[in-house]
Amino acid sequence: MVKVKVEFLGGLDQTFNGIKNLKLEIDGEEPKLIELINKLSNEYISNEKDFEMFIQEGTIRPGILVLINDTDWELEDKEDYILDDGDLISFTSTLHGG
Amino acid sequence: MENNTRKKEVKVGQLCQLCHCRKAVMKRPKNLQKLCKECFYHVFETEIHLTIIKEKLFYKGETIAIGASGGKDSTVLASIMKTLNERYNYGLNLVLLSVDEGIVGYRDDSLATVKRNQQQYQMPLEIVSYKDLYNWTMDEIVSCTGVKSSCTYCGVLRRQALDRGAIKLDIHHVVTGHNADDMAETVLMNLLRGDAARIESSVNVTTNSIGSPVKRSKPFKYTYQKEIVLYAHYKKLDYFSTECTYAPEAFRGTARVLLKNLESVRPSCIIDIIHSGGHFKLKPKRIRTNTPKKNIPQNTNNNNKNKHNNNNNTDKEIEIRPDGSVSIVKDGNRCERCGYLSMNKICKACILLQGLEANRPKMIIGESLTSSSDGAAKLSKTLEGLSF
Ligand SMILES: [Zn+2]
Ligand SMILES: [Zn+2]
Repeated sequence: MVKVKVEFLGGLDQTFNGIKNLKLEIDGEEPKLIELINKLSNEYISNEKDFEMFIQEGTIRPGILVLINDTDWELEDKEDYILDDGDLISFTSTLHGG
Repeated sequence: MENNTRKKEVKVGQLCQLCHCRKAVMKRPKNLQKLCKECFYHVFETEIHLTIIKEKLFYKGETIAIGASGGKDSTVLASIMKTLNERYNYGLNLVLLSVDEGIVGYRDDSLATVKRNQQQYQMPLEIVSYKDLYNWTMDEIVSCTGVKSSCTYCGVLRRQALDRGAIKLDIHHVVTGHNADDMAETVLMNLLRGDAARIESSVNVTTNSIGSPVKRSKPFKYTYQKEIVLYAHYKKLDYFSTECTYAPEAFRGTARVLLKNLESVRPSCIIDIIHSGGHFKLKPKRIRTNTPKKNIPQNTNNNNKNKHNNNNNTDKEIEIRPDGSVSIVKDGNRCERCGYLSMNKICKACILLQGLEANRPKMIIGESLTSSSDGAAKLSKTLEGLSF
């Protein structure tokens, strides 16, 4: 089991009932980031219409920035990144008004 | 911090491709370069500086109003303008200029952010409100017209409000936080609705409407939204991010989704679209009033002959602008009602307000702005192009 912190920024908290910060435990020895993403979308989005604000074609919607400990997930294997204790995963919408 | 129990080694492939000594934290969408935070700041800031220098956006001693909404783009713009002004000695006087549309809950919070920015960046702040300028708040307008056309109204009114705020402060140059993504979106929107005439001008770094006393510039023309968000995040800038209470422009939303999907396949597409947009040139259409039936010349030979003729008859000519409207006097026209510079007898804002007062906005706008009244689509098309 791995304990991680999650942040929703840039207005994305609206998709998650106004939640900005979360602490989560993910089961398994070496859980991947995709498991966290699935958990978030299955358990924390109450309005079904908001689902596609976060997920598109099985992964994070384009226009949402994913940072793993402040590093762009594109540099960290994206969905296949293996979560570590204490990781901070932030999801930032770049789509909300500037 | 002792957060990470197993300390991860940094592999050579994870190093910054500029300094080769720190771990890369981001990948530039423009060229896929992997950079560390420090190098990213440097590249990001320098690129905007080079745009400012290359396009000769400012002169020394100029006073610039920064259109500030409290959102990420304008907050980063204010921060960058302050940084570059000090670093490169631009000699600019910077002022924050905000528009209060009068949207309870949305604008209150974002204006609070702008007020904090004022303290953080030590710049004077001027707020102009729709209520003061037009005697209508956006909330009142929406309760009268419905949500659907709110962005159209707001766009027209905001553009004029920024100009009026600037003039009030005797400032003749406003910079806004429009970025590369916004520009590419606008190009796509104009392309998708067949508005070829607007494509080229929509990617101009500076716009200066004929006779307008206020110039507009976009120092972020080549700056990706993703990098603006990353910069704000890493620098921990204080910005406000909630979508306007009223529905965003539906059509822009469509263009944005398309663009984001394109970007995920090929990140350079945003710059490519702006580049293509800039090369989209249309021949100006001209007709002569004394021979109105004569058509536009077909080949270059005729074109040259006509040019010669035109030179002799300039005062008999009328110009057809890309949006189909006709100018009779070239510039310096003023709105009969409010005195604001306008191509038409009555400016767009006054037409909208007149419609509101009569409580029948749609009919009146339809008659005044479109030659053939074929519905709301054309109306919003005409109006959307006015705001930017
Ligand atoms: Zn570096
Ligand atoms: Zn007027």
